[in-house]
Amino acid sequence: MELFILSPILFPLLGLLTNATLGRRMSERAIGGVATLAAAGAFLMCLLMFGQLTASEEARLSATIAPWISAGALNVSLSFLVDRLSIVAMLIVTGIGALIHMFSVGYMHGDERFQRYFVYLNLFLASMLVLVMADNFLVMFMGWELVGLCSYLLIGFWFKNLKNAEAGRKAFVVNRIGDVGFVLGILLIFVTFGSLRFDEVFARAEAQGEALAGAIGLITLLLFIGATGKSAQIPLFVWLPDAMAGPTPVSALIHAATMVTAGVYMMVRASPLYELAPLTQNIVAIVGALTAFVAGTSALRQLDIKKVLAYSTVSQLGYMVSACGLGAFIAGDFHLLTHAFFKAALFLAAGSVIHGMEHGMGAAHGAHVDPQDMRHMGGLARKMPITFAAFLLGGLALAGVPPLSGFFSKDEILVDAFKHNLLVFVLLGLSAVITAFYVGRQLVLVFAGRPRSAAAEHASESGWLMTVPLIALTIGTVFAGLFNFPGTHPLTDWLAPVVRHGEAPKFEPGLAALFTVLAIGALVGAWWVYRHPERANAEAEAGLGRFLAGGWNFDDIYRAAVVKPFYVASTVCAQIIDVAVIDGTVNGVGRLFRVVGGSLRSVQTGFVRNYGLVMLVGVVVVVAYFVLSAR
Amino acid sequence: MDSTSFVALLSAVLFTIGVLGVLLRRSALLIFMSVELMLNAANLAFVAFAHRWAQLSGQVIVFFVMAVAAAEVAVGLALIVTIFRTKRSTNVDDLSALRG
Repeated sequence: MELFILSPILFPLLGLLTNATLGRRMSERAIGGVATLAAAGAFLMCLLMFGQLTASEEARLSATIAPWISAGALNVSLSFLVDRLSIVAMLIVTGIGALIHMFSVGYMHGDERFQRYFVYLNLFLASMLVLVMADNFLVMFMGWELVGLCSYLLIGFWFKNLKNAEAGRKAFVVNRIGDVGFVLGILLIFVTFGSLRFDEVFARAEAQGEALAGAIGLITLLLFIGATGKSAQIPLFVWLPDAMAGPTPVSALIHAATMVTAGVYMMVRASPLYELAPLTQNIVAIVGALTAFVAGTSALRQLDIKKVLAYSTVSQLGYMVSACGLGAFIAGDFHLLTHAFFKAALFLAAGSVIHGMEHGMGAAHGAHVDPQDMRHMGGLARKMPITFAAFLLGGLALAGVPPLSGFFSKDEILVDAFKHNLLVFVLLGLSAVITAFYVGRQLVLVFAGRPRSAAAEHASESGWLMTVPLIALTIGTVFAGLFNFPGTHPLTDWLAPVVRHGEAPKFEPGLAALFTVLAIGALVGAWWVYRHPERANAEAEAGLGRFLAGGWNFDDIYRAAVVKPFYVASTVCAQIIDVAVIDGTVNGVGRLFRVVGGSLRSVQTGFVRNYGLVMLVGVVVVVAYFVLSAR
Repeated sequence: MDSTSFVALLSAVLFTIGVLGVLLRRSALLIFMSVELMLNAANLAFVAFAHRWAQLSGQVIVFFVMAVAAAEVAVGLALIVTIFRTKRSTNVDDLSALRG
């Protein structure tokens, strides 16, 4: 039984061990096959578990492997829990993960470190499953850090380019800042509740919620700081746009569909705590809404095809976080689900475009152009029809056009915001319009018109290894809305026993119609503006465009407020404290002994008779002393 | 001046000659002989005082000193021969490789 529960983790673990040990002697197809099968096997196991969980509302699978830490009152065991909430995340992680593994076989073809890539990818899958299957906060934190490591390794996968290595390091450092908050939150949970297991913590919080309101408020705030790091919220979102330095399938899996949603998952998991902390909830809602708005506007002026999607991911994560702040945890989880589908589809389509552009460059023997710069694209709809279809449907889902999945999940969040917090509603509503506009801009720049470079001219559709996952994800993108279709809302019913929630989501036809019209209007507006694609050329050069393209210049603020003072402090430490004080002391001691030794060396003449004389004088002195003192 | 004082004085004179020999001569062999002179001067003193105080232990120690001196001669001569073979000289001032 325990083996069964652990099997989703064990499959990718087995895959990575196989590839790590035997991979050198295996062909690309074999390595990719092992990794993909491992992911698919994990998905199959998750499906079987899902079947078991449908038995009853209380059904849950738990496994304890071993006691982990046992010190005084602190008892933490390495234990896992599969309940209605984790199984949803597990199915997303393994299902989309398997498709992206398959896509990667085509995308990474010919890479010199192909084997290592799949080892990392399998490691990520196992780590992410540890995170979502955790039974207590500490195991969750272990998974949390492991996925952070994988993210770092994969962002900097092409580390020979210094910029990529720096992006990986930035992601790692920024995430650690959030982690400090998370760790402090975990410690405070233990101090307050005397346990780290989800069940016990939530039960005790519920029993004595009023008395512990202050502590719970602080705990939720600290956990939220962790979430701002991992889920890229203001003020720690700066790492995610840079994380696009990694291979595109990695961006799809880690930096769009799964890892970055870990913060949201953690907050949904801790919903009983957040319910007891209204102040934190307000902060969460407003931070999420601000993030959605700031990142959405930043996406308007990006020229890199992946950067648009990166800022869009930050923006959509803002929606999810905001939903958690509004108490609509299930709506947040629903948006997490649909977003995983449509954003993975968009990223894989973008990967396919980049792949096509690179091949086009090879075929054209033309000048080298940046294959990710949208200014060099155009007219790709005819060259890459499947990619175009996937991008179009994914983009429309992102823009919130019915009946695609993104419409339903975004609508649920907007309805909740409308009911509970008007400021959040206005910010999210504006972001929705902005989202539609940048989607339209991107679609026009990449796919419409005439090719604007030799590479785009000669681009061709990617192979089946890449198009099949694309098609599968596109199907998911179109139909994922059914998971919580208004009126029937099966996801709400499914999660109701484990997640806090208000009343079942109501469908507001007026709001839905308004946002549909706005979204379509923004898409048409984007087409109207960018039907002359040269308008995109200089719009990020100066003024507001430059400000938006730089992501509201958050990087500059950090550079001035953190990086510069840090450099100054380091310089002081290195040049003054280290050189003058520490080195001075050490060298001074050395010099002292050299001077003393140098003056004493002349005593050693090397003449035997000299030594004899010294001996004689010594003996005479000693004897004289004894003789005289005996008197 | 009784005989003990006389012998003790003789011993002191011999010992001083030995010391001066060690400090002033350059030939390793002569230094060696001077060391033997010092040992025997000490022996003389032992015998004299043993006789004066009628204590046997002083005479016994003389035998020990003689044995040690014999052993020392064996080692010392071997060293001198070796030094002569490598340095082609028994001048101790040539043996100043350990100068600081």
